[in-house]
Amino acid sequence: MGNLVSRREFLKFTGGVAAGAAALPANAEVAPPADTGAAVLPYKAKMVGKAGSLAVNQAVSFTFPDASSPCALLKMGTPVLGGVGPNQDIVAYSTMCTHMGCPVSYDGAQRVFKCPCHFSIFDAEKSGEMVCGQATENLPRIVLKYNDKDDSVTAVSIVGLLYGRQSNLL
Amino acid sequence: MSTNQDRVALPPVNAQRTNLTCHFCIVGCGYHVYKWDADVEGGRAPHQNALGLDFRKQLPPLAAIMTPAMTNVIKDKDGRRYNIMIVPDKGCSVNQGLSSTRGGQLAKVMYTDDGVGKERLRNPRVYVGDTWFDTSWDDALALYCGVTKKILDSDGPSGLVFDCFDHGGAGGGFENTWGTGKLMFTALKTPMVRIHNRPAYNSECHATREMGIGELNNSYEDAELADVIMAIGCNSYETQTNYFLAHWIPNLQGGTVAKKQKWFAGEAAAKGRIIFVDPRRTPTIAVAEQVAGKDNVLHLDIEPGTDIALFNAFFTYVLEQGWQDKDFIAQYTRDFDVATNANKLSLDEASRITGVPVAKLRQAAEWAYKPKAPGQRTRTMHAYEKGIIWGNDNYLIQSALVDVVLATHNVGRRGTGVVRMGGHQEGYTRPPYPGDKKIYIDQEIIQGRGLMYTAWGANPFQTTLNAEQHRGVILRRAGIVREAIGKARGASNKDKVDVIYDAVKNKGGLFVANINLYPTALAQAAHVLLPSAHPGETNLTSMNGERRCRLSEKFMEPPGVAKADCLIAADIANTLKAMYTAEGKADMGARFAGFDWKTEEDAFNDGFRVAGTSGAPPIDSQGGDTGHLATYARLRAAGNNGVQLPIKEYKDGKLIGTEMLYMDGKFSTADGKAIFKPSTWPGLPQMVADQKAKHRFWINNGRVNEVWQTGYHDMYNAFVRDRWPMAFVELNPDDAQSLGVSSGDVIELFNDYGSTYAMAYLEPSTKKNQTFMQFGYWNGIAGDVVTPWTDRNVIPYYKGTWASIRRVGTVADFKNTVTFKDRRFS
Repeated sequence: MGNLVSRREFLKFTGGVAAGAAALPANAEVAPPADTGAAVLPYKAKMVGKAGSLAVNQAVSFTFPDASSPCALLKMGTPVLGGVGPNQDIVAYSTMCTHMGCPVSYDGAQRVFKCPCHFSIFDAEKSGEMVCGQATENLPRIVLKYNDKDDSVTAVSIVGLLYGRQSNLL
Repeated sequence: MSTNQDRVALPPVNAQRTNLTCHFCIVGCGYHVYKWDADVEGGRAPHQNALGLDFRKQLPPLAAIMTPAMTNVIKDKDGRRYNIMIVPDKGCSVNQGLSSTRGGQLAKVMYTDDGVGKERLRNPRVYVGDTWFDTSWDDALALYCGVTKKILDSDGPSGLVFDCFDHGGAGGGFENTWGTGKLMFTALKTPMVRIHNRPAYNSECHATREMGIGELNNSYEDAELADVIMAIGCNSYETQTNYFLAHWIPNLQGGTVAKKQKWFAGEAAAKGRIIFVDPRRTPTIAVAEQVAGKDNVLHLDIEPGTDIALFNAFFTYVLEQGWQDKDFIAQYTRDFDVATNANKLSLDEASRITGVPVAKLRQAAEWAYKPKAPGQRTRTMHAYEKGIIWGNDNYLIQSALVDVVLATHNVGRRGTGVVRMGGHQEGYTRPPYPGDKKIYIDQEIIQGRGLMYTAWGANPFQTTLNAEQHRGVILRRAGIVREAIGKARGASNKDKVDVIYDAVKNKGGLFVANINLYPTALAQAAHVLLPSAHPGETNLTSMNGERRCRLSEKFMEPPGVAKADCLIAADIANTLKAMYTAEGKADMGARFAGFDWKTEEDAFNDGFRVAGTSGAPPIDSQGGDTGHLATYARLRAAGNNGVQLPIKEYKDGKLIGTEMLYMDGKFSTADGKAIFKPSTWPGLPQMVADQKAKHRFWINNGRVNEVWQTGYHDMYNAFVRDRWPMAFVELNPDDAQSLGVSSGDVIELFNDYGSTYAMAYLEPSTKKNQTFMQFGYWNGIAGDVVTPWTDRNVIPYYKGTWASIRRVGTVADFKNTVTFKDRRFS
């Protein structure tokens, strides 16, 4: 099965991120246990960018909730489902395909994420909904908060399970 | 507890593990089911969980598939709660660890009180007055069998009509085709039976079988070995997903060249090429271009319904070029001259009919049929499905196709095969059909014949042709019975039977029963609902598209008092037997004998394992004469790789199967010779041509990746329902503009036979005046605009209808939440 994508192509897609991440110690950015009554896992919020510095339709890479979980931050230019910021247009997603974890690439022309391994497509403008493909889950959506005092965008939690994890927090 | 679905429970090392063959599509991927106490979970270290994976760190890509949809918490009959996890089996040769979006949700759709399956039928239900009430099996069977007996005694078996599955997987399997078949054909002896997806009791592959070639004649491995795959009217990325991903793609990427060199020493071996025959640019074509490169993909985008002309032109061109296998034709076939005379068609003429340029036709013929070198015949596998099966016309297209295949000897050699891709799995074991002709059952019902209609694992409201009229008649006739029942307050079952009989016999009514997992759309008409079970809740054997038979193991109880179809059939037979015995009619009672089954394994042993044995009655079984070698215990030991039917022998503790048919040149005919058939190009059927003349749009239709069949589970599954809240219709953007339609709008499609609604989805690759509509859905029924035309064997031309379109309006919810991005990977 592994020959669906050649090693060379695969490295091109991963850009070495996965290899680097694998070398990091586990639990590198894990927060303390949840307080009683928490409705979500105890993610440690992380500032991922300033709304004003984001260019429309240009994906910005970041990691969340730890260094081995690549994500993409996007300003769509028009309000979208789940969008935050002054225009309700900033969203972020995990860039590991929920099917088998291959790195999805962002196609700015269609505004979708595409997986090279089994050809799943996810819509960045519709909460990561699978357009077509073999995943059983939409692309995990990084829940963002916007602070209008300093224009910051912060990742606070994730809706959906990241590929290759029992829990989003290692 | 997190509400974000961002963690799952892992199976501990001591979790129970059983095998499950995915019960959705024909491919039959192997899965492992883990089941363990709901209060326990395995640890993250590899030695602490049953998957043996290290979840203390991020798994690398392609290491495993394990998603929330692969988990669930079920409750067994003892009230104890269990976690389940259903993950693909890396050791299964079919899927090799892959899951499709359908099979990947096997755990999610298992019955729970509040999950996807919460609307499952837990108990029999009867329609009383103006509503449904749950009741006992005894009460429901007294009514069902009481009406059955009254009709059988008064009017004979032809008053008893069935619409019943004939396949494998969920709503099928060798146990259940046998149970239902024995009831319908040897006990009730009714010929008034249609199959779940077509309006008569007939094969989807008459021509190829008459020519001596069973339609599942190779192995999935042959797709890895082919020089060329010709994919005709099949969209395998969406509908045979892991066959395509695990076996076709490696060939198209060049990953199997070494294997070809090893298998076929001295023969030229290269990366595989693929030719698609399809009027539509399917998502599969887009994926094939990605992996093989455009230079290795040919798309013959023929005009709708012109396949016969295409294959006749290939046949003629092959003979002109001298590419036929003369020795093979002389030694192993007959009637070659018949086809030579009848099928003559030049490339020029074929180009005019199909709309494909001559150069492209010639290139396809060269790829597929020109010998690689002297003495080295190209190995071309022909794969086909509903584009042919529901095409114009089934019998003639298959004849035309198989003629080309025989002329070029592309069957019975490894790396070849002329095979249907399939929808459901297979799983047929039945007594012979008790009739000598094919009866167009839908027309019988429409014309007021038949007194009782049992839909068994079938949903003709969503999946037949001329569906609007058919549905309307059933609703009207069933309504007459409902009205009569409503007036029979306080009536015993005996009295109710008389009331119902009067309504069906004297007032034009139709008594309707629905045996299914869910109430389904048939509940709008039915009077009795009987709850059945699906794999996981019952043991089940089926075979996939390479005849691979597996035992899918039971790991939980069905909901409520639901039971396997074979056991429902046994209950019906035993109830009728008791009724006749009580009346002292021993001869009639004897007809219903032989259903003393306690388990589904009893039914398997009574049919599949009896076929072909000494003294056995005639049984049509896909297990052939050697099915008796396959015990449950042996199949269980064979695991997810099972055995490819027919079984050759049981040796050294293993079932030995058959990878490819006809390698010895002996075909399935009386004299062993394959038969060429004439297939002169007939043009479009008049009834269809009339619609084409009156209405602007061709309404092509078919399945979509994310939905299984009628959506019986999917309509309750938010992941699917959110994606497809309504059947969609792909429209050319310019056409859409002319109609004032944009994506997400609701449109009406209408013609002389009916009308239906659907959700518009603008798709740039759609040709002008052509469309593609999702088939068989619960919200938007393509069959409503399909003509009643059938071929000589009563096989519909679902793909061939034309309709007009108007904009109905906008559903804001669709516009806001549904993605309308291009489904074709680029």
